[in-house]
Amino acid sequence: MNTPAPLPTHSFLRRLLQRWGAHPEARKHPAADTDVTVLPLPPRLILPLAQHIGAPARPLVQAGQYVLRGELIAEAQGAISAPLHAPTSGTIIGIADVPVPHASGLAGPAILLETDGRDEALPAEHADPFSLEPAEIARRVAAAGVVGMGGATFPSAVKLALGQKNPIPTLILNGGECEPYLSCDDRLMRERAPEVIDGARIILRAIGGERALIGVESNKPQAIAALRAAADGIADVDIVEVPSRYPMGSEKQLISWLTGREIPAEGRSADIGVMVQNVGTAAAIHRAIRFGEPLTRRIITVAGGAIRTPRNLEVRIGTPLSTLVAFCGGTTEPVARWVMGGPMMGLSIHSLDIPVIKGSGGLLGLVEHELAALPEPGPCIRCAACVGACPIGLMPLEMAALIKNGDLKASVEIGLKDCISCGTCSFVCPSQIPLVQYFNHAKGELAAQGRNRMKQDAIKELVDARESRMEREAREKAEAAERRKAERARAKAAAAAKASAAVQTNEETTA
Amino acid sequence: MLIAVVSLSVMGAVFGLGLGLAARFFHVERDGAEAEIEAMMPGTNCGQCGFPGCAGAAEALIAGDAPASCCPPGGLQLAEALAARLGLPLDASAIQPQRPRIAEVREDICIGCTKCFKSCPTDAVLGAVKQIHAVIREACTGCAKCEEVCPTGAIELAPVPVTQQTWVWPKPVSA
Amino acid sequence: MSPISSPHAHGAHSVGRVMLLVMLALSPATAAGFWQFGWPAITLWCVTILSALLSEAFCARLAERPAGPMLADGSAMLTGWLLALSLPPWAPWWIAAAGASFAIIVAKHAFGGLGQNLFNPAMAARVMLLISFPVEMTQWLAPNAAGMSAGLDPMTAFSVTFAGNVPDAMTSASLLGHVKAEASRGIALSQSLTGYWDPFSFGLGQRAGSLGETSALLLATGGLFLVLKRVIGLRIPAAFILGVVLPAAFAHLLAPDQYLPPLAHLLTGGVMLGAFFIATDYVSSPSTPLGQWIFGLGCGVLTWVIRTWGAYPEGVAFAVLLMNSATPLIDRATRPRIFGRRRNGHSMTAP
Repeated sequence: MNTPAPLPTHSFLRRLLQRWGAHPEARKHPAADTDVTVLPLPPRLILPLAQHIGAPARPLVQAGQYVLRGELIAEAQGAISAPLHAPTSGTIIGIADVPVPHASGLAGPAILLETDGRDEALPAEHADPFSLEPAEIARRVAAAGVVGMGGATFPSAVKLALGQKNPIPTLILNGGECEPYLSCDDRLMRERAPEVIDGARIILRAIGGERALIGVESNKPQAIAALRAAADGIADVDIVEVPSRYPMGSEKQLISWLTGREIPAEGRSADIGVMVQNVGTAAAIHRAIRFGEPLTRRIITVAGGAIRTPRNLEVRIGTPLSTLVAFCGGTTEPVARWVMGGPMMGLSIHSLDIPVIKGSGGLLGLVEHELAALPEPGPCIRCAACVGACPIGLMPLEMAALIKNGDLKASVEIGLKDCISCGTCSFVCPSQIPLVQYFNHAKGELAAQGRNRMKQDAIKELVDARESRMEREAREKAEAAERRKAERARAKAAAAAKASAAVQTNEETTA
Repeated sequence: MLIAVVSLSVMGAVFGLGLGLAARFFHVERDGAEAEIEAMMPGTNCGQCGFPGCAGAAEALIAGDAPASCCPPGGLQLAEALAARLGLPLDASAIQPQRPRIAEVREDICIGCTKCFKSCPTDAVLGAVKQIHAVIREACTGCAKCEEVCPTGAIELAPVPVTQQTWVWPKPVSA
Repeated sequence: MSPISSPHAHGAHSVGRVMLLVMLALSPATAAGFWQFGWPAITLWCVTILSALLSEAFCARLAERPAGPMLADGSAMLTGWLLALSLPPWAPWWIAAAGASFAIIVAKHAFGGLGQNLFNPAMAARVMLLISFPVEMTQWLAPNAAGMSAGLDPMTAFSVTFAGNVPDAMTSASLLGHVKAEASRGIALSQSLTGYWDPFSFGLGQRAGSLGETSALLLATGGLFLVLKRVIGLRIPAAFILGVVLPAAFAHLLAPDQYLPPLAHLLTGGVMLGAFFIATDYVSSPSTPLGQWIFGLGCGVLTWVIRTWGAYPEGVAFAVLLMNSATPLIDRATRPRIFGRRRNGHSMTAP
């Protein structure tokens, strides 16, 4: 797998016929039009330990401890994990369970940091990535706590490590940003294009890649121009314009569009010689390697009909969302729903005390008409709009009907496990049936059933172990009783023998 | 018209008789896969089903004396599997979707009598004479044997708390 | 606090809006039918729709649900409208009432309501009426004799609809009926078509036929409007028309005197109505792209077959019902290929 995948110009017809996806209103303005503003430091930062896929980080600090910016405050646990660093200097208040961004609404453990406003940094090591070994690059990225910043939050170093085993020829940087409202990646590409390009080259070195493609949707012409200018003269980085369609930013769709290849359903992108990283992740990797700066800040879009001044802000990880809203002028009308992320896949939240985490790309204050929600979902009219919209080629109406009737097994047989939960089907449904909720429910149920099965197997082993132990104990008890009985019998016989011997001697002496 | 009525009636009678005879003479005995059904049960012999242990429940299920939903610890998943395997009708609404429960020891009441850990089929209770007992959560199946024997009521079943890792999206309610 | 699932935005036409657009698309042809056949047609249309709405309200009451939302989504009205368009324009009122009630109560709600019916309700009702009341259902009218321009006043019109008094002088056979009758008498097409078949006026709709099937041009326009508005896809209509035209062209080439030319098939009977409005019914047609091609082709071919060799002169209703029964099977057999998997469902392997 050493040749880079060629750009398939001959598949123009195939692209014309591929009509998956939807075209939600982009609503990127006015947030996309203003420069990124740095948010002033808030008085307190909330740093959840689980901001990434994998095991949560383990805290290394205690209440009362003073930390500097960039200092390690929680270490990675296990192979799939990421460390956490202090985004600014201050005193650790403690570790507590606080509201965190999770669909369950359950609280999660977080380190609370009271900022001192001085923002003193730990001395950091600058390095030239092209003098480092690929494995060393991966190690430094791991130490910097970089995770996928497009929202997936997969620990980037683990992805880079895949390239150590087998070089991955093609790197794709995801500049799609197909979700409406969000423009954090757009502004990043416009204002910090050289960081993105440098990040691409560093990743290429780490994975042994030969070529990088940066896919950017056509609704971002300035970003494309800025990236092209920054990549001018760099042979191994190409900027490619892709159509604006949701979910073009999905890894599977972007790879398929740019290289004509499909990730195998039971495989990874590395299997077809491709790796995808978000442009924000590339910029973070650039900062981590060049300047030794761990991941402690990110750009986030604050938008929505209720926000007075929608814009993009650069914030420290851990900043409470209420601070962001206040900085954007607060709300102009009652908010029907707060959403973290974009409207298609974002999380509905009920409290603005939740902090910005590494994967937070947006905060939306949506009003009623933007939700366009019906009071109740209607019946399925079998219009098959969902079938046409699904980027994976599934049949959402069938799967949802099966799940509704409790037949999870049948829904798996027609492809539930391949669903990427992008929400396009629910978006195009005329009856506004919450299709993706059916699928998320079913996936969760199946996972719970799997855990249950494992527990049942373990229980059986415990029961068997106990029964054999009881048998063994009973056997040993019986054997011990036998031995004692034999002992007593022998002792009795010996005593009897002795007594008769004594009687005999007696008789002999008296005789 | 008369011919039509008569001929259809005769045909109906003949076919009906044939089906009845076939049901009797070609009846298929449900294969006695007792071991297989028993393997599907949780195996803790807790007795909540009312039969003598999991083997007893397996026997009753095969004989048709027990409904597919007889095993509370097995829950809906087991009931569905049994119904599918044995071809039994399943009244899913009869199964209370109870949250799984595991035992907890109230340390202030425990007197260390060891009755509970001797009765636990999976050795999930730790303890010794005059020592306060504790429950290994992963091993507890919620069979409630320990609750029955505890003289002070120190060990009780409580619902397992939901964590971020075990939480599942609820099924949407439909019109 | 119950979690609210994404997406937090929606971009589709609502069900009510879809129905509204379809009714909008039907309006030109309906208006042309009213003009052509006069007041009785209007009253018939009203009776059909009213019966449909009343039946829907009745079913809502039976199901103990509020009737308002059910009536408001427009599906019952649309079913009634489509049924009205496929009835003879001067049919008596009880035909309309019986048909509409059957369509809503039996063909739609007995199967489970909106989204659950196996058969197209309007077509099921039409077939039921055709089989039960063949005389009333084949009483067609001569063009230009009965229309608004004929000056039939509303009172006489009411007597037509409500008392069933259709003046004999105004009746006429439809083209298909005429051709079939003549063919059974052994008369060649070239003779039977003289004086009957005029593509131009047929396209405009000046011929005998049911209320809505007359103006093929207006129906096609309405249908294309729906395609542009993305309410229906192009697959089923295109496949339907192809399914009629290909066998008709082939047969006409072989034996011009025995088989009607393809254009005649397209412009008579309910082909245009069927292709764009009947066969494209969401619920009873397949959900997969390939399935829709098969369905449309099947409907078209069956229509031609029934018209040519079947006992009935018109085949669209039967063809659609037959293909409806095959829809679940077609759906299962034509599932699209899943991304990352081969057609047989197995995962692609790394190259």
